[in-house]
Amino acid sequence: MTLELRGVRKDYGGVEVLHGVDLVGRPGEVLAVVGANGAGKSTLIKILSGAQSMSAGEMRMDGEAVEFRSPHDAHARGIRTVYQELSIVPGLSVTENLLMGNFPKRRGLIDWAAAHARAKELLESIGFGAIDPRTLAGRLSVARQQMVEIAKALVSEPRVLVLDEPSAVLAGSDLASLFALIRRLRERGVLVIYVSHRLAEVMELATSIVVVKDGRVIATTEPARTSESELIGLMAGRRLEQIYPDRRTEPGEVRLSVHGLTRRGEFEDVSFTLRAGEIVGLFGLVGSGRSELARCVFGAEPATSGQVKIAGGDVRFRAPSDAIAAGLALVTEDRKRTGLVGGMSVLDNIGLTTMYGMRRGPLIDAARRRERVEEMIDRLSIQPAHCASMRVVNLSGGNQQKAVLAKWLLAEPRVLILDEPTRGVDMSTRIAIYRMIDDLARDGLAVLLISSDLTEVLGATDRILVMNQGRVTGELRSDRTTEDEILAHAIGQAA
Amino acid sequence: MTGQLTEPAPTTTDPRGRRVPRLVVGGRDVTMAAAFVTLIAALVLVAALTADTFLTPTNITNLLKQMVTTGLLSFGMLVVILTGGIDLSVGSIVAFSGIVTAGLVSGLPIPVAMAVGVVSGIGFGLVNGALIARFELAPFVVTLAALTTIRGLAFVYSEVPIAPEDPGFFTLGSATLGPVPVSTLIMLAVFLVGGVFLTRTPPGRSIVAIGGNAETVRLAGINVRRHVVLAYTISGACAGLAGVVLASRVGIAQPSVGVAFELDAIAACVIGGASLAGGRGSVRATFGGVLVLVLINNLLNLYGVQSFWQQVLKGLIIIAVILVQRTNRVRS
Repeated sequence: MTLELRGVRKDYGGVEVLHGVDLVGRPGEVLAVVGANGAGKSTLIKILSGAQSMSAGEMRMDGEAVEFRSPHDAHARGIRTVYQELSIVPGLSVTENLLMGNFPKRRGLIDWAAAHARAKELLESIGFGAIDPRTLAGRLSVARQQMVEIAKALVSEPRVLVLDEPSAVLAGSDLASLFALIRRLRERGVLVIYVSHRLAEVMELATSIVVVKDGRVIATTEPARTSESELIGLMAGRRLEQIYPDRRTEPGEVRLSVHGLTRRGEFEDVSFTLRAGEIVGLFGLVGSGRSELARCVFGAEPATSGQVKIAGGDVRFRAPSDAIAAGLALVTEDRKRTGLVGGMSVLDNIGLTTMYGMRRGPLIDAARRRERVEEMIDRLSIQPAHCASMRVVNLSGGNQQKAVLAKWLLAEPRVLILDEPTRGVDMSTRIAIYRMIDDLARDGLAVLLISSDLTEVLGATDRILVMNQGRVTGELRSDRTTEDEILAHAIGQAA
Repeated sequence: MTGQLTEPAPTTTDPRGRRVPRLVVGGRDVTMAAAFVTLIAALVLVAALTADTFLTPTNITNLLKQMVTTGLLSFGMLVVILTGGIDLSVGSIVAFSGIVTAGLVSGLPIPVAMAVGVVSGIGFGLVNGALIARFELAPFVVTLAALTTIRGLAFVYSEVPIAPEDPGFFTLGSATLGPVPVSTLIMLAVFLVGGVFLTRTPPGRSIVAIGGNAETVRLAGINVRRHVVLAYTISGACAGLAGVVLASRVGIAQPSVGVAFELDAIAACVIGGASLAGGRGSVRATFGGVLVLVLINNLLNLYGVQSFWQQVLKGLIIIAVILVQRTNRVRS
């Protein structure tokens, strides 16, 4: 299946976001699409998948002009899309999710034995045999849920498979099975359109690379003819000196100390300290209890035992409001579920934590709030610049993440906990976030950076805590350790 | 009336490039305001042209009075719906507060008796909210139980209608300021203050945000439970007030009054584009919804349509209005 886009344009209510994109993908190709946030990748995907229609231009499949009015039209033409946001139904089994509405029947009733067998066969045929089709999808790890999502897209044997950040939640052997799957799809002559921020992956997998910037394709290249740093330079529109800022600072007084903190079933006997001006990494694999720890320290979940101390004094956070009053801020891992109120404006979202403090009589001091929020938008260069009245869901992923950060910075915290702040965020926003964290630490903030990205945790921090199965199994200095050493602690096999 | 709940200064451009105020909240590019005004204008026009009695002062005054109950209940309902909840108990609260007030009039000063009626509504709202927030019970179930409990209590208080003789009892429901009934002004004031509350105060914004994403709000250090209780209390207060006003207007309080009033209130919110999932809804559009409902009722009455057919027609009209909204939204 050869897919061809010619001069595709898209505008939303008069604002054009794609300015004539040309793209050609051939059978057996892995076409990687890379670009900064707001570059237009998501819009492009939505057009390919039929979720949005283009305003101008044409799309051809094997030379024949096609027009998608709905995702159903795209499906009918053999195009399947796997989005970053999962769409599986957690309360149904893997089998039901995969076969949805397409069950083998016997005398008019669903033949469950046959259904499970078919799902098993399907999963094995794509190399995801490790997933038991009888499990409830919601009980699987996020990584496995993502794999079910991909398997679901493959049920109908599409000729074009669009993957939006498929590897964002995958690691280790799961990632390896995804790569193996993509190679097998290539051999079968499927065109894979692969959108990713992980350039190392793109270099490894892609047969051709398209760089999108400001709604245009600015370069089409191949892994053999380019390099990661060249791609970053193209995406960001500037030369890349260094991703991580130099960290050479003297930590100040203790801002937060945690002693023997335990929450039964999630983590046990965790102790650590955070000092002013320090960036401490917290690394752990999925299920190590790192996010649960952060939520508990922040007062979102009660601890079974242990203490949290702020600047010397014992505190007991009964609710996040107590933690916020003590100067803590928590940027959660999942911005859609716990970071943003999607239906509200950027202004409302950024002002959420601070609105009770910005009152004039019973009313919100609207002028002051707007001014403070716009300062933040400016300081974090959230795009578009005049987005205060826009609904926050209309921002791109990276800018949404910046909005969550802005919300917490407005509360002027003394301790900032960041849970996977760069997940699903493109490279140039990442760099901006690292710079900002560094600046904040230099101004005396204590930062806990939770991450499952080894390079990040090594590059952006002073000190690293490693968790394995709910316990802290190692504390390492970032300038004296290696990825291998961190990983060894994370899987509980350190010497 | 302050309307927009999710966006401060929403305008959109029509195909000819003119700026048009936008009514449907949630950032969708729909010029629903125009559609709404057209619908209401059309209803009025049809009424004026086809029923001679429509534009008479008596009928207009009646209309203005009739919209008070639905209006008050709808505002309270909107607040609850914004949190993602529902309040089915308001019809029963109307009956209870009315009958208690009428019963107390003989022994207490009238304003005090009326205050007791309103306070009873506040109390029921508090209990609803507390059960929902504290024990994380489903709003539908809690307020369904409240619907039957409070209705029962109204009958326990008095099985028979109570008609106070003191003419002071009728003042609230029948007094006018110039041509406008005082009760209508009270309702308008509730919408006005309510609009400011929902768009410009921290608790109001919190209520809207909770319906959008309660966990985000909790992690932002806002006490979600307290705001949910507040929302049901507001709804209870509105229902209590509606009960007192209705009893005063009719001149007689009945324990059986207000059956299915909650449905009209929900309908007004939904016609106004509120999402029953929470987080999306508009005070101005809800007021529009109230107007549409009341006009339809009035029109059908003037035509002398049999009341059962009125119910059928009202249901069909609600579906039609929502379908129009839906297609508009999808098109955008």
